[in-house]
Formats: sequence, structure tokens, C-alpha cells
Amino acid sequence: MTSSKKHEPGTGEGTKSGKAKDPEWANGLKQLYDSVVNEPLPDSFKSLLDQFDDTPRKPDSKSAERSSGEESSS
Amino acid sequence: MADNKERPERTPSEKADFKRELEGVVPHLRAFARGLCGRPDMADDLVQEALLKAWAAQERFEPGTSMRAWTFVILRNAYLTDMRRNRFRGEYDENVAERILTAPAGQEEPIHLSDMHRALLTLPPERREALLLVGAGGFSYEEAANICGCAVGTIKSRVGRARAALNSMLADGDIPQRAIEDEGAHRAILEELDDVAAGNGVAASKS
Repeated sequence: MTSSKKHEPGTGEGTKSGKAKDPEWANGLKQLYDSVVNEPLPDSFKSLLDQFDDTPRKPDSKSAERSSGEESSS
Repeated sequence: MADNKERPERTPSEKADFKRELEGVVPHLRAFARGLCGRPDMADDLVQEALLKAWAAQERFEPGTSMRAWTFVILRNAYLTDMRRNRFRGEYDENVAERILTAPAGQEEPIHLSDMHRALLTLPPERREALLLVGAGGFSYEEAANICGCAVGTIKSRVGRARAALNSMLADGDIPQRAIEDEGAHRAILEELDDVAAGNGVAASKS
């Protein structure tokens, strides 16, 4: 799954800011980011996105079990 | 910029498009969030929060523009709001940090990603986010400035300072053990958040 480190298709962006003389850590920074991008998506996200299909557009129907003190819209 | 505020509710096919695009940026949101707050669990909570907000606000998304940039703004605001509630501040935890640092395993690169991440986490948040956007996310300075609601020059200077800090940390191998959460820096972005919330998202005035 992680066979290609450097050339991953995905989003075509990412080279815009690449200066010729970036220090070596600059590549590491991208790798750090890409390593998360390439992680398999946890199921919690899939189920959240699935919920969007049936809920018209109100997000607040028990959508996530976050106990954040959100403004509870009634 | 956002002139079509009165768009009617989206058609089912527009919603499907929106959802597909939203789905496509989730991995990027996760990566950005993890860079911002360092902790994978909190980062994912943030992303979920941002996704809910994005879905609820989908009428405000202009089709054809960058979904990634649009959702990053939402994610960033969620992060700052949470930070303001002290959810993150001062919660840097060495053990958790170690776990994060070893999380992106499987890569034997000469530059140690763990050092990289640790160094990144020591940066003041507004520099960290600027560097993440430009150096990792591949946004242009202009795009990053739009996302952060500040001037392009501000972003450039933040990225420059972040790079300089990482240069010296990584070159000298002198990475502080703890993240330095600088109150002043927090205040700076929180003030920008107010600008963003007030609708001055682009080119916020520096008072």
C-alpha cells in the first residue's frame, strides 16, 4: 500500500513551493504530512460521511459522540 | 470574494459532488490537523468537527474553488476555537508525543521524521501552521494567507522564521524536549480568528 514514497499520484499539488535549495528536512516535512494523508481512513470517518447521505443538511443529530460543549441548536 | 451568499439549497447532484469532494480532502484535513495539534486523537476529533461544519455550510462553498483550502479554513477555525477553550493549551504530553512521533513508521529516511515532528511541535502555532500549509500542504503563500486570513507578507515571514528555526534545530540536533506553547503567539492567531469570524477573512487588517 505504501509502495511509492516519492511519486504518489493523489493530489497533484505539492511542488509549487518546492525551492531548489530546500534543506533536507523540507522533504521530511512533506513526508510527515503525506504519511498521514496515506493512512487508511478510520471507520469513524466513513460512518460520519455516510450519515451525510440521509441527513438533509443538519449536522447535529447525534452525529458524533464528541462531548464538546457545542452550542446545542434546538 | 464570496458573493453568492444567497445560493438556494443544493440539488441532490450538487450535494453528491460536494460530498465526494469533501470525502476527497479528509486525508488532507487529518494531516493538517495532526500537524496543528500534534495529537492524533484530538486531530481526528477536530476533523470530524470540521466535516460537520463544512457539510452544514455547504451552500457557502463555491463549486470549482479549492475544497481543500475551504475546509482548511473551517478546520483551522475549529482548532482555534477549541484552543481558546483551553482544550489543547498546555496539554502537551511527553508520552503521547512519543507515540505520535513513532506513528508514521515504516520509513527509514535519513531525516528522522520523529525529530522532524518534534521540532515542528516546538514552533509557535502560527508559524507551525504557516509552514504546514506551505511546506507540507503545498499551498502557495497567497493561498495560505487566505486560509489564515492574514497578509501574504505575514505568511512569508512566518514561514521564513519557521524554516530558520527548524534549520537550526535539525542541523544542531538541538530539539527542545517540550513544545513551547507561547501565549503571545496564541493571542496573535486568536486575534486573527476574530477577524476571520468578522468576515475579514482575506487580508486581515493588522491593528
